[in-house]
Amino acid sequence: MPVEIDVDHVARLARLSLTIEEKERFRRQLGVILEHAERVGEVAAEDIPPTSHPIPRSNVFRSDELRPCLTREDALATAPEVEDGRFKVPRIVEQG
Amino acid sequence: MAELCDLTGHELAEAYRTGEATPTEAWQSCLRRIQAVDGRVGAFLLVTEDEAGKQASRAEDRLSRNAASPATGIPVALKDVLCTKGIRSTAGSKILEPYVPPYDCTPWTRLRGDGAVLVGKTNCDEFAMGSSTENSAFWPVHNPWNLDTVPGGSSGGSGAAVAAGEAVWALGTDTGGSVRQPAALCGVVGLKPTYGRISRYGLIAFASSLDHIGTFTRDVRDAATLLGAVAGHDPCDATSLPDPVPDYGDRLESGVRGLRVGVIEDWLTMEGVQTGVRDSVQEAVSRLEALGASVDAASLPHADYALSAYYLIAPAECSSNLARYDGVRYGFRAPGGSDVVDMNMRTRGAGFGDEVKRRIMLGTYSLSAGYYDAYYGQAQKVRTLVIRDYQAAFERFDVLVGPTSPTTAFRLGEKTGDPLAMYLSDIFTIPSDLSGTPAISIPCGVASDGLPVGFQVMGRLLDEATILRTAFALEQDLALDLRPPLLDSLGV
Repeated sequence: MPVEIDVDHVARLARLSLTIEEKERFRRQLGVILEHAERVGEVAAEDIPPTSHPIPRSNVFRSDELRPCLTREDALATAPEVEDGRFKVPRIVEQG
Repeated sequence: MAELCDLTGHELAEAYRTGEATPTEAWQSCLRRIQAVDGRVGAFLLVTEDEAGKQASRAEDRLSRNAASPATGIPVALKDVLCTKGIRSTAGSKILEPYVPPYDCTPWTRLRGDGAVLVGKTNCDEFAMGSSTENSAFWPVHNPWNLDTVPGGSSGGSGAAVAAGEAVWALGTDTGGSVRQPAALCGVVGLKPTYGRISRYGLIAFASSLDHIGTFTRDVRDAATLLGAVAGHDPCDATSLPDPVPDYGDRLESGVRGLRVGVIEDWLTMEGVQTGVRDSVQEAVSRLEALGASVDAASLPHADYALSAYYLIAPAECSSNLARYDGVRYGFRAPGGSDVVDMNMRTRGAGFGDEVKRRIMLGTYSLSAGYYDAYYGQAQKVRTLVIRDYQAAFERFDVLVGPTSPTTAFRLGEKTGDPLAMYLSDIFTIPSDLSGTPAISIPCGVASDGLPVGFQVMGRLLDEATILRTAFALEQDLALDLRPPLLDSLGV
């Protein structure tokens, strides 16, 4: 059975504005894909450890040396909107 | 005489050494080929003429100083998910359409340092998500073997460019098969090395535990050379491996006598595997046996579940990686947002294409509260089982072989309406992305539909040398003449 998902909730979590047509299509397609994907549960027994990376490495540090980095100008050069040397965005807090 | 753009990298290097050709002539030969065919093929999103001209002159300086390396003067194309400083890098997406990176990816830094020439940036599925390059936000790529068919994906532009002589080498990325599958469908050599072997610094990320950079070349010797040029530790990528890089050309010609070859039988008998694919692969296996390899049946019992695991893990990681496209720091911003969250949602809704949205939704759902254990957690366990399958198989065998893709190139539009059918074209390539083990696809014949078939050789972690040696022996024995018919029909 295809899996039923709450498309509005997921789209909100994913920060995606979707059209009505997209919501309906994704609801249907994701249901079918998840039904197929659920098969992972058939073989994944309790005692099998999960793998997050094929070649695990830990505590990878580089030497603590000062190096040149991007200038503020370069870092801002690709931004859609800039003001006073900073990224500019629409308002974040409610206006009282 | 063949055009310079149709030569391999080692043939060009030899022609440079003897003074028969120059890097400028080779690059201009590629440029003429692009002008002749790319209106039909669509492999390039950007042709970097100004840079290439300067780089070709610098390569000539190096040659005149006898300071050449094997990559000096070789015309190279880069998939557009690889960042190039000052050169637009879009990842095939509207959301990055205006993006000009302030830095180079490490593989290009290395090739540029060796004197390679950047021909251009190649078309791909948006953020490397797809198996046909039909998900490019700009235009689809057409397979030079038959313009009505796809080149595979997601690195379809790189595969088509190398097949059509628009570039001599190309780099792509392989997260679920996106180097090997297009290499198979375009009749070229595609190598995905061990996870972490090539630095991903400057790669626009899709699924970080699965993303590999890989090579497209016209023969196996070039694959060994190009891998050697870009592989190696990079302090800028914490997942890059510190192991020394061997000379991959060293044992290329040692043959396969005594090599233990395991044939994944299930991948030949499975429903959906095209007869022409099965026949060519079986023929290649008997050639290996005739060359002295010991061949036996092998299996990867959990490979059936790998696709399911992949379509949980990759979207989960993509939903997290693509969170950065918020319309604030780079790329496209949709107008009219009433507040910052509204702006984010409008930007992402308008900037991402259909497949990218589908995978972000899938990943967000499977990571959301209450579903994590059932989906992502279980998929990670399946990943362990797939890795154990490979470990068990590599106790008995030195390499595992089978088809790269169940079919030859399919028609444009054939699978776009059915995501699951599209996902199934990566069924034989996904397992080695989950396990991080190296694998190569080489052409092993042309099926009755006139389209090339790819033969896959998979090896142990960091044992690229053995899969290259196997592929080289087979390539020499088959001695195929692979020239897309398009080139003759256009008289180029």
